[in-house]
Amino acid sequence: MNELYRTLLNLPPQASTVARHIDYLHYVVITTSVLGAVGVAVATGWFLYRYRASRVPEGARSHIEHVPFSLELVVVGGLLGMFLLFWLVGYRQFVHLRTPPQGAMDVYVVAKQWMWAFAYPDGSASNRDLYVPVGRPVRLLMTSRDVIHSFWVPPFRVKQDVVPGRMTFTWFEARTPGTYDIMCAEYCGPHHSRMRGRVIVLAPDDYAAWQEGQWQAAQAEAGGAPANLAQLGERVAAERGCLRCHTVDGTPHLGPSWAGLYHAPIQLADGRTVLVDDAYLTESMMDPLAKVHRGYAPVMPSYLGLLSAAETAAIVEYIHSLAGVVPVRARQSPLAPGQNVNLTLPSVDAPRAPSLTPTPTPTQTPRQEAEPEGKGP
Amino acid sequence: MTDIVPPSEPPRPPVPRLPEEPLPTLPLPSSEPDFWRADRGLRSWLLTSDHKRIGILFLIGTSLSLVLGGVFALLLRIELLTPERTIVDASTYARFFTHHGIIMVWMFMIPVIPGVFGNFFLPIMIGAKDVAFPRLNLASFYVYVIGAVFTLVALVAGGVDTGWTFYVPYSTTTVSSVGWVVCGVFILGVSSILSGLNFIVTVHTLRIRGLGWMQLPLFVWNIYATAIIQVLATPVLGLSLALVGVDHVWHLGIFEPQYGGDPILFQHLFWFYSHPAVYIMILPAFGVITEVVCSYSHNPPLSYKALVAASLGIAFVGFLTWGHHMFVAGMSTFDSGVFGALSMFVAIFSAIKVFTWTATLRGGSIWFSTPIFYFFGFMFLFVFGGMSGVAVATSSLDVPWHDTYFVVAHFHFIMVGGTLTGFLAALHYWFPKITGRMYSERWGLVSAMAVNLGFFFTFMPQFLLGNAGMPRRYYTYPPQYQWLNVLSTAGASILAIGLVITVSYLAVACWRGPRAGKNPWRSRCFEWRVPSPPPKHNFLETPRWKSGAYDYHAAEE
Repeated sequence: MNELYRTLLNLPPQASTVARHIDYLHYVVITTSVLGAVGVAVATGWFLYRYRASRVPEGARSHIEHVPFSLELVVVGGLLGMFLLFWLVGYRQFVHLRTPPQGAMDVYVVAKQWMWAFAYPDGSASNRDLYVPVGRPVRLLMTSRDVIHSFWVPPFRVKQDVVPGRMTFTWFEARTPGTYDIMCAEYCGPHHSRMRGRVIVLAPDDYAAWQEGQWQAAQAEAGGAPANLAQLGERVAAERGCLRCHTVDGTPHLGPSWAGLYHAPIQLADGRTVLVDDAYLTESMMDPLAKVHRGYAPVMPSYLGLLSAAETAAIVEYIHSLAGVVPVRARQSPLAPGQNVNLTLPSVDAPRAPSLTPTPTPTQTPRQEAEPEGKGP
Repeated sequence: MTDIVPPSEPPRPPVPRLPEEPLPTLPLPSSEPDFWRADRGLRSWLLTSDHKRIGILFLIGTSLSLVLGGVFALLLRIELLTPERTIVDASTYARFFTHHGIIMVWMFMIPVIPGVFGNFFLPIMIGAKDVAFPRLNLASFYVYVIGAVFTLVALVAGGVDTGWTFYVPYSTTTVSSVGWVVCGVFILGVSSILSGLNFIVTVHTLRIRGLGWMQLPLFVWNIYATAIIQVLATPVLGLSLALVGVDHVWHLGIFEPQYGGDPILFQHLFWFYSHPAVYIMILPAFGVITEVVCSYSHNPPLSYKALVAASLGIAFVGFLTWGHHMFVAGMSTFDSGVFGALSMFVAIFSAIKVFTWTATLRGGSIWFSTPIFYFFGFMFLFVFGGMSGVAVATSSLDVPWHDTYFVVAHFHFIMVGGTLTGFLAALHYWFPKITGRMYSERWGLVSAMAVNLGFFFTFMPQFLLGNAGMPRRYYTYPPQYQWLNVLSTAGASILAIGLVITVSYLAVACWRGPRAGKNPWRSRCFEWRVPSPPPKHNFLETPRWKSGAYDYHAAEE
């Protein structure tokens, strides 16, 4: 019955502890709504037919029929009782949603245009991907660096606005390992719909391995060890979210494309010209606002402490390997002059690196991907 | 309804009785030309103080807004046909949905029914020659035009990409032309306040003697309730948008957190207006639906008092429910509970209306016509839309639904299924009275069917998209949402075709339609007791109505 309703109503899987309860109330309320609307329409249609003028000529009516006041009172009172019942059950659930259980694991979330950053109690951090253990309540303490965003994971039925200047929170407890999309639900600018991330729910063992930094390596091995440093860089760039803003084929996006970037002279925002060499690339990763490429907003977060020396070198090597790529020309919109941001990117959301095969395209159906993502090797 | 002039009373001489504005010496009865032909020339239209002509001016202005807003809607739907870019880039898409919302809300739905039909019929329905302040009435039209021009200048000057809700701090930091559009909406708000004020004073002071409050046609009551909201809530919108404009230009830090402001405060202020604004849009449509039901079923409303009480109840409780837009915004849990419970009471007032309309049909003698078809569509769409409102007001359910396509579908069911349907019903119902000619009933039914079906297929899929989790204002989306988006776009095309058909046959009927008599629907309401089209001063002599607006047991007057 649950599955039937869920499929009929096009609801995502119920991957958190609260999802099923919210859905049950959803079924009741929607069924009532449909029955109510159809009932009114049928009654109206019947009256329109029954009392049509060709059957009841106006002059032939002897009196005007009335509905007893008591019936009206019963209908209205009954409806009010039903609405208040919805409110009561819904509000109890809402209070539950707003009350993180004792002993929940805290993760700090910083939202910015247009990415999610997560910081864990043990000092580790991640961009885009939130790693959590299955079966343990997780409380998210969230704030924004710029405008209002909203943390929304459909399979968890959890949503909370992330507001600059204040800390908001939400919590969830994942029931099944898997990968679930994070979407930004509050309009936050042109790339609002690109501000997606993933919650990666790991089995306890995998989570422990992840905490020690071994899980990624194990994942990587399962997908075939990188043949060279550039290939490792490609993988790191995908994992760390670099490719969400930088393209590798020259398509304009939030950040400068890496195609043909290496050893090219570029103009900085302050008018100077620099050569894109290993030093500049490294500096840009660690202190991105020091030398901003002209024409791009100073929005890149620092990766200081997030990338190991080897990973940094791998990304530089990867960008080096793209030196020969001829950038594709961008299509310009005639309607937005001055906006050279163009979103015809094939797919920043899908992993671009072929070496990342164990991570399928994030979709709404984590069941298909629970195996490779969740269980690990 | 009791007789307004009891038969026992000796007939009164037809002398003017309204001390505020004595009737001028009228020309000989039946010799005054109708209001279309009373004066000639463009100047006589642009400088008119005749409430009927101002109503026509509003009809032109709001219809053009509907076309413009509709074009934006179609562009949005075309863009959403594919998960990635289809026709425009992300910034342009954001401008499209912002201008669609601003134009539809402030330039079409808020002014349309009060501005067009309220202006045209409210004075006639209370036996007055005009509204209380005819020149202020004309001013409210020109203020509307100025506001619309500002809004359109914003569009030409690069457009606005904040969404119609102007949430800070995005709206105070974006580089788009927020200043122009905020000024435009502020000015449109002034127009709305002027109209509302005029209606309130008119109903209080210009009712013909003997016409008590509880004998007013129900359309008048709904316009009156709307006017109260317009006067009380619109200033809050004007002030909060002015503050956004100030913050945008000078960064005073009223709402911007980096200067100590509070973005949630803006949401409170915005929804304090914008939730009652929903009732500014829907209450006039309720009034139209009530008149349509009674006139075509030739039956008095089941309970006049219930409909009046429900209208006033909505106007009052509507002020206390704004927080249900903010359950996940960062508001306190306790507040969410209070706002959730209060929201249920608005629903119950709407339910009283629906129940009364349905029961009014019972025992009637119903003429099936285009307005009745729109009423039938309204009953399904509005009830489902309203019930989905109860659903999103249920706080735990709102958490997954908030800011998804479910909410988009919900408010379009109310706004399009309620207000647009009410507008189209009114347009057909009063067409013979306004133009003096009949439209083609066959084409009317065809287009009504297209509009209702198109509407259903546009927004029903969006409920399912919202259930699946697709957030609103998304330019790109995961591919599994595509088929529902394609279905929605197909529905929007049918809706557009239906509206084009409507404009076509109504335009033809203006010139070629057969002459309508005084009362083609055999209604008892007061406006059907004057000639079609009405003469310039509405009444050739001071009206003396012997029966009430819903006295269907009495003979036609």
